[in-house]
Amino acid sequence: MNFFAQALSFILTPANWGATAANPIGEKLVEHLWYTLLALVIAAVIAIPVGFAIGHTGRGRSAAVLVSGGARALPTLGVITLLAVLLGIGLRAPLIAFVILAIPSILAGAYAGLESVDRKTIDAARAMGMTEWQILTQVEVPLGLPLIIGGLRSATLQIVATATLANYVGAGGLGIFIFLGLGTNDIVTTLVGAILVIALAIALEIVYSIIQRLVVPAGVRAGQRPQNDRPGATRTRSVVGSPLQEGSK
Amino acid sequence: MNWVVENASFVADSALAHLQLSIPPIILSFVLSVPLGWVANRFRPVRGVLLTIAGLLYAIPSLPLLIVLPLVIGTGLRSPINVVIGLTLYGMALMVRSTADALAAVEPDVTQSATAVGFSPWGRFWRVEFPLAGPVLLAGMRVVVVSTVSLVTVGGVLGVNGLGLLFTDGLQRAIIPEIVAGIVLVVVMALVLDALLVLLGRALMPWSRATAIPSRRAARKALVTA
Repeated sequence: MNFFAQALSFILTPANWGATAANPIGEKLVEHLWYTLLALVIAAVIAIPVGFAIGHTGRGRSAAVLVSGGARALPTLGVITLLAVLLGIGLRAPLIAFVILAIPSILAGAYAGLESVDRKTIDAARAMGMTEWQILTQVEVPLGLPLIIGGLRSATLQIVATATLANYVGAGGLGIFIFLGLGTNDIVTTLVGAILVIALAIALEIVYSIIQRLVVPAGVRAGQRPQNDRPGATRTRSVVGSPLQEGSK
Repeated sequence: MNWVVENASFVADSALAHLQLSIPPIILSFVLSVPLGWVANRFRPVRGVLLTIAGLLYAIPSLPLLIVLPLVIGTGLRSPINVVIGLTLYGMALMVRSTADALAAVEPDVTQSATAVGFSPWGRFWRVEFPLAGPVLLAGMRVVVVSTVSLVTVGGVLGVNGLGLLFTDGLQRAIIPEIVAGIVLVVVMALVLDALLVLLGRALMPWSRATAIPSRRAARKALVTA
């Protein structure tokens, strides 16, 4: 436990955050968050339109299921090291790896979010004369938002965790404390990095859970009954299914 | 490919070590999650607390967890026990929620009928609720299997045996075939174990393919939110 006390006092010493420190905590924290945000935005720009197209039309679903299910098996460390050897050290390799790893979660959230909208609601919107674009932006996206944010949430967590490895291939971020400590057998420094990354991940998780609660449209929340999350046969069989189960067929 | 052929025994040893590190967390997380999931489903106030803990646990990045854990439990940094315990915690973080969702998805009419025909609470759980929750539990375990096999590689950074060593060694010596071999073997191992689990599920739950349609929604929900 003594190591924890030492690591905590290192983190709580203001001098270790400022520019004069060898590895300023503040700077590394900002780097870590910057990598996360950058990878998240790039992945979202790629995955959200594709996910919306799949969720709205129902086309290309099996391919998306296969990608989002199968990508779970891809070892992050392997992808990062492979890209680092191919592209050289620096931020480029880890950034591409983060984007690759974030896409499946965002894609799954985007199409599952749209699919979670009751068919009757969409049919009603269509009957009222809404265009496909209006149905997408005014019905499907708002109602699917909790799952869409859920996809971004797991992608963010994954990148924050993986960004620790950026330092392993020559970029910055909070991983520097972990690898510096591992390299010099200094457990306190390693622990400083570990504690900071864990705290950052948990803080982001809390922020997301608040956002996810806020984005539920007021009308939906009013209509929710306690048993509302029970599975009901509200969707036809062709749209209800679990990604992994169907992907393996 | 030459590298893989020349170093076949190293690759095989790493793969075997990887498998040995992957199996215990998969089994342990299932065995430990069923009672916790039952408690979470049975007692509403506990549910919130347990699922919040599980969610936060899953939010902890794997590498820091594997570094902090040995200091908490008093083992060495390179001990395989850390990897097993750490990945069991991740598996539980996923499975406690899946189990609670799976049990909640069992129709109340069915459990009431079981009680009416004379099942004791214990017998009702094992012979009615648990089998009916099976397909959703299986879906949760499939995520656990695949992510566990993939996460064992993180141990490689700390020097724990397994396919992760192919990545760290491959990076240091810039041997691309070594890294590619590691990625391919991890993915293949994950998919093979996943397929075996599906076959096991079919053998144990021959009815599930005919009647699993309503519970698929819960199964998918478990997968997307995982």
